[in-house]
Parts: sequence; structure tokens; C-alpha cells
Amino acid sequence: MSRQMSATLRLGLPTVLPAVLTAALVWGVGLPAGAAEASPLEIPEIHGFLQAHGAARLGGVGCDPGTACDGPFNEQRLQLKAEGGGLEGALGYAGKIDLLHDAALGESEADIRELYADYNAERYTLRAGRQVVTWGVADLLFINDTFPKDWTAFYGGLPLEYLKRGSDALRLDLFPEFADVQLVLADFRPDRLPDRERFVFPGQAIQAELDEPSGLEVGLRVSRYIGSWDGALYLSRTHYRAPALRQVGAIWQGGFPRLNAYGASLSGPLGSGVLNLEAGYYDSVEDRDGNDPAIENSQTRLLAGYSRQIGADTTLGVQGYVEWMHDHDAYRRTLPAGQTERDELRGVATLRLTRFQMHQTLRLSLFAFWGISEGDGYIIPSARYAFSDALWGEVGANLLVGDRSGQFGVLGDNDNLYMTLRYAF
Amino acid sequence: MKLTRLFLVLILALFAAASVQAQPGADDIVARSLETFYYAGDDQRTRVSMRLINPQGKERKRVMTLLRKDLGGEGEQRYFIYFHEPSDVKGTTFMVWKYPAREDDRWIFIPAIKLVRRIAADDKRSSFVGSDFTYEDVSGREVGDESHSLLDETDLDGRPVYRIESVPKAKADYVRRLSWVDRERWLPLKEEYYDGRGELLRTFTADQVREVDGHWTVTHRTMRDAQSGHHTEVVYDEVNYGVGLDDDLFSERYLQRPPRQWIR
Repeated sequence: MSRQMSATLRLGLPTVLPAVLTAALVWGVGLPAGAAEASPLEIPEIHGFLQAHGAARLGGVGCDPGTACDGPFNEQRLQLKAEGGGLEGALGYAGKIDLLHDAALGESEADIRELYADYNAERYTLRAGRQVVTWGVADLLFINDTFPKDWTAFYGGLPLEYLKRGSDALRLDLFPEFADVQLVLADFRPDRLPDRERFVFPGQAIQAELDEPSGLEVGLRVSRYIGSWDGALYLSRTHYRAPALRQVGAIWQGGFPRLNAYGASLSGPLGSGVLNLEAGYYDSVEDRDGNDPAIENSQTRLLAGYSRQIGADTTLGVQGYVEWMHDHDAYRRTLPAGQTERDELRGVATLRLTRFQMHQTLRLSLFAFWGISEGDGYIIPSARYAFSDALWGEVGANLLVGDRSGQFGVLGDNDNLYMTLRYAF
Repeated sequence: MKLTRLFLVLILALFAAASVQAQPGADDIVARSLETFYYAGDDQRTRVSMRLINPQGKERKRVMTLLRKDLGGEGEQRYFIYFHEPSDVKGTTFMVWKYPAREDDRWIFIPAIKLVRRIAADDKRSSFVGSDFTYEDVSGREVGDESHSLLDETDLDGRPVYRIESVPKAKADYVRRLSWVDRERWLPLKEEYYDGRGELLRTFTADQVREVDGHWTVTHRTMRDAQSGHHTEVVYDEVNYGVGLDDDLFSERYLQRPPRQWIR
């Protein structure tokens, strides 16, 4: 399928980008006043941080030899961030690069987290390059945010920003009277999922060749204020970002099946708090009848969340989330023997409790997922202390409990304690 | 005889009228003070430095640009705050749609994850960015939130002031507030907050007052926590009124991409 995709949609970003930029400049009638005679690029501001992060696994299950599962994270990174603009704000650019030493796996790399240029006109803005896009109103549950994520970083306790991976994308925002319209054209990037180098899983390792889709993914978001409410509609023509694996003879092959997602969200005041509602329909294009056990069935996802202050500097948030698998009968019929059957309805509840103390130098936080239908859970307590404006440290834990066949429970041997220290400049 | 009486009544009436004019009611003084302090001009751009100083003298610093625009005459306002420092939160923006009769709408943008999030606004008494100022101190309160009485007219550091006592009508973290309001410029020059036992909680002082674009402005102020000794100093590095901020500046678009024209 991915090969088919690349045949019909062989327009990669590099081909499309110059044309779109030219078109944008030609249409740039709405340039901010004075932009034409303004000075060119400003000198960039350079900032960044030095960060050390370590995690130690709790529990006694043995590690496979040669893996780092007892100390899955021991990394030091230098992030350099440059930002600037020009032409009276018509141009902007930003880059964020991490120089990473991963002592757990004995590797070093340069990771371009973000690198993009902005063009701002009166009626539209363009952003081209590697960029993070975040959609939806849910908290650590994702329905309409189909953009790539790094679950390895998340389960390892890295700061939240590392959950989001940048997309190589062209983003166009239009601002007509009736709504804000955002169009994102992006190259495919998979999620980064916990692997056996750092995590312990039951069963045997599977070596699979993964075939990544080529061609552009398309996302469209239309949003507007409706009174005091923020409403948004979302469309994504994308792929599942976790691989679907199938055995062909003796070898395993994997791909990233096509996914169309349609959804909506609403966020606004209720009582003295904020109510968030989000819904989405996942159309599993390559398995619409649900007969292919390797590919996810289509789904409907619904979420309601509420957060409010429960005291000075203390916030409580709760969410209820349901995933309804379509064609569950077909799924059951075709499920290979020996595999644990998933429920037709998967329910998850979450709780977030955040409290600031000591003039907000101390942040105490608890986030908990409770897999209602799967009987598992994931609890993340943490404490962050700012020693100064430049230096903060955080200690916390990732605790995965309950049924080993559940989405959280499967990581049950990977409870860890983590510590992060960051010096920002 | 009759005439003398009438004359006396007239004189007394005039006297009363004059004294009403010279000594407005406490509510009027507070209303005018809030108007001057929070609603000067149609809009305002301010670059603010905030120093948070703990009892040991250790300092933290916040630098931000604050944009404000008043919509109509009913007290509806829009606020936009961009954080320049510290570097770890640089680029974070914060937007408030403030309504006179109901809870504000508030949004925050966290640049590291490009996340716009609506946040609960029921925290008027919570600390603003870890300082000794509360959200309410930054964006203002309503006259009707407290019952006011005029204690006397006096002088404070050479300025003529009204001394006002205010008692919150709903439960708050203080039970009594004393304020010294400039009788000519209508700015609060000092405020003291007391708890139920009569202990001083916090003291606000206007340390420097300047006239900017025709509006008297507190350009240097301090809030001191009397119990912990922690205090916060706020200095307006730049301030201007009537700069011509558009309504649509206060929207998600600019929350995500702060207007460079105003954020310098």
C-alpha cells in the first residue's frame, strides 16, 4: 500500500515547497505596513540548556544481555535554540538542535528538534521546515493530534516537550473572518515506541523490516471562537504511526497503514473550571471491514475532561476517554490463536493534580491513567524544584501496574525512578 | 427672622454640597482609583521587569511585555503577556479576556510543545508567576467585590490621600484592606492586607509615579509579604498608552506567533 501511495502521491515536500512559497509571496498583498523598506534579518537570539536525565528501573525481572533496561536512560544533552526575524515581523525563523550523549546505549547524535522559517502576512502565515504541531484539547490522550510522538521519552520520564516529535512540514494558516484555517502538509514520521534496548517485554523479540510510507500527509484544522468556547474541526489524511506487523513465511514485515481521522473539539468555561470535549472517527482505510488482524480496526474515540482550581496554586483535572473498536466480531473471528483479545470498548480515566508551593519554585504533580476496561494503570508522581531561574531539578517515577495484556500493563516490568537536571541559558 | 433662617439653611445646604464634592463617597473613590490604575487610556503597552526576592535576598527575574486593550466602556478588557525572561519560559504567552460580571477566559501557549491551552480562571488569589502579586492584583478587581468606607483624609509622603478601608464581601485570603488613594491623581499609593487576627499579610507600595501620555502611572511598585519577608518589585521599563492595538491581536493566532511589532 505504501508503494501504491508513493506512486500516486510522489510530490515530496522538497518539490512542493518552492512553488508554494513563490505563490505565497506573489499573493503577499497583505504585507505588514513598512515591510518593504524595512531592515533585513535580525541577529538571532541564542538560548538553550544543558540537561542531564537518568532513569533506573525498579523490579527484579532480568534484562536481556546487551540491553540497557536496568538503567534505560542516562543521557546528557545540550540544546541550542536560535530565533530571529526580519522585515518588520514578516519573516521569522527558529532552530532547536540537541547534541545528545546517550550513555545508556553508548551513542551520540545531533537531533534537529525544530528548524523552520515563518512568513507572516496580514491574512495568512506560512511555516516551512521541521516543526511541532499540537492539536486537540485532551491531556496526554490523543484523538485528533495524529502527529508523531516519542513514547520512549515519555515512559522514561523525559520532560514533556520530548513527547512531541517534529514533523517535516509546510503549515499554512489562513485567517478569514469566519474561522482560522490551518493546513499541514507533512512527510511521514513514525512514533518512537519503547523498544527492547531500554525496556523489558514479555515474549520473544520480533525482527521486522519496516516499510515507511512516502508522499505527503495532509491535516486540516478549522477553528473559531463560539462565544466563550473554542471550537475546532479536524481532518487528517495520515498513517498509523505504530507499525502493523505481519509474518510472511519466516520473516516479519511491517508497514504503517493508512488512516483517515475526522474529529471535533470544544473547550470552554463550565462553573469555575474548564470543560474539554473531543471526538474523533478513525477510518482504518486498509482494513475497513476489520478482517485483517495485523491492522487496527476503525474506531470512534470520545473524551470529556474537566479541570479547575481546588485551592490556591492547586489544580485538579479529570478525564474520561472511550475507544470503541468497530467490527469487533470480524476482529474476533480473525484474531490469531494465542493472542489476547482486546475489548470492543476500551475506557481510560485520568487524573492530574498539580500544586505549586514556595512561590512556585516547587511543583508537585501527579498524573494517573486508569485503564478501566483493561484493568491496568500508569501513575506518574513528580516533584520539580527551581533552584534559580536557570537551574531546575525534577525527580519522579513511572509506575505501570495491572493486567499485563493492557496497554499500560504490558510495560509492567519497567517501573522506573527518574531524575532530570536542567541549566537553561 | 424667617429670612435669616432661610439664609442659614441655604448656607448649610451649600456647605453640604461643597463637602460632598470635596469628599466623594468611598465607593466613588475606589471606583475612580480602579479606573485610573487598571483602565488608563484605551490601550497600553508595557515592558515590565519583575524581581522576586526571597527573605535571604536571593533574586529571580521575570521580564515580560504586557499589552492591554479596553473594549467599550463596560469594563471588558483584553490582556496579552509575552515572557522574555527567564530563558526557560521565553516565548510563553498568556491571554486574558476579562469580563466585568463573570469569570475571565484565559489561555496559555507553551512554545516547547506548541500547545495552546485554555486554563481555569477561578484563581484570582493565586500567585502571578510565583510573585507576591496575585492574578487579581495584575488585572484588577470590581468595586462591588468589597464594602468600602472612607476613614479619613491625610498625607502620605507629601501626597494628599484618602484612607479607605475595604472588606471583601465573599471569602478571600484577607478580611480587611487599607488603601491610601492619591486625592489628585487617584492612584493607590499604598495598600495593606490584613487577616482575621488583624495581622498584616501583604503591603503594596507605589514607589514611583510618573505622568505618561497624560495618564498618571505607577512605574515602580512593590508587594511585600509581611509574614514570609518575600517581596516582589515591578518596574515599567517602557510604558505607552493609546498605541493602537488591534482587537484581533488578542487571539490564538498571536498567542502562537507573538506580534513582533509589539514584542520587542
